Amino acid sequence: MQIVINGTPHQVPAEMSLDRAVLLITSSATGIAVAVNGEVVRRASWPQVTLAPGDEIEVLTAVQGG
Amino acid sequence: MSDLLTDDPLVIAGEKFGSRLIMGTGGAPSLEVLGRALAASGTELTTVAMRRVAAGSSGSVLDVLAAQHIRVLPNTAGCFTAAEAVRTARLASEALGTNWVKLEVIADEVTLLPDSVELLDAAEQLVNDGFTVLPYTNDDPVLARRLEQAGCAAVMPLGAPIGSGLGIRNPHNIELMVQASSVPVILDAGIGTASDAAAAMELGCAAVLLATAVTRARDPELMATAMRSAVVAGRLAFLAGRIPRRRYAKASSPPLDS
Repeated sequence: MQIVINGTPHQVPAEMSLDRAVLLITSSATGIAVAVNGEVVRRASWPQVTLAPGDEIEVLTAVQGG
Repeated sequence: MSDLLTDDPLVIAGEKFGSRLIMGTGGAPSLEVLGRALAASGTELTTVAMRRVAAGSSGSVLDVLAAQHIRVLPNTAGCFTAAEAVRTARLASEALGTNWVKLEVIADEVTLLPDSVELLDAAEQLVNDGFTVLPYTNDDPVLARRLEQAGCAAVMPLGAPIGSGLGIRNPHNIELMVQASSVPVILDAGIGTASDAAAAMELGCAAVLLATAVTRARDPELMATAMRSAVVAGRLAFLAGRIPRRRYAKASSPPLDS
């Protein structure tokens, strides 16, 4: 199925869990936050979230700013 | 007097900070230069922005802050609506484990001025969510009052547009905000050089937040040192009480025939 991570389409196996999808982008254990279709998902819940085709995932971290 | 130099903490939402200089991290040519500038500034509270993770990026501004035990203050830079800002604040809270947020809701890319209507809406939502909200606001005393009434922990008026270095364009309004506010007034944006930071403190601001003036200076570390001194000097001058301005001279030496 196709999902979108940080604006880029990715082909992934069906019913991939959110924690696996995040690993496609970063292996960082800290300082990361994730939203699926605009809703923030807490880290503890990532393994339990099963992704669906077309889901849009944002993986954010802190950068220089302000 | 020496007590005021060492023990005059900035207090925001009950938390004490030994420095009245809050730093931003944008604009530094490298993390190494940023680290040296932050150390020279003496800051204990510093902002970061939230952005998409870039593949293969190495080194983090968070590591720089952690190494110096500087508290991180996430901002909502780049948000144009209350909904975007609230979502970004929640993501920052999840990523960084803090419920403090520098709330920015920008009206357009040209002026980067705050959108007051969206700002107040976002502030009310985030306060209700349990956030400690520090809003970046226009130099509008009435809006500052509304933000305080909404439960914000501070109000952070601009001196001039972000990155402009134009100093404090309306010192009278900043002074009005200081007189009316029971939460800290923090001069945020517009500082160009050390005298601007000192002026903000002389007006009675509780702190100064700046980034560009240091990070884009020819020598960021040296400018950070200057800002540190300026904030302290301005604060002491405010506490000492300046003399009244006079139209004519007043001799400081006694007359000859006395």
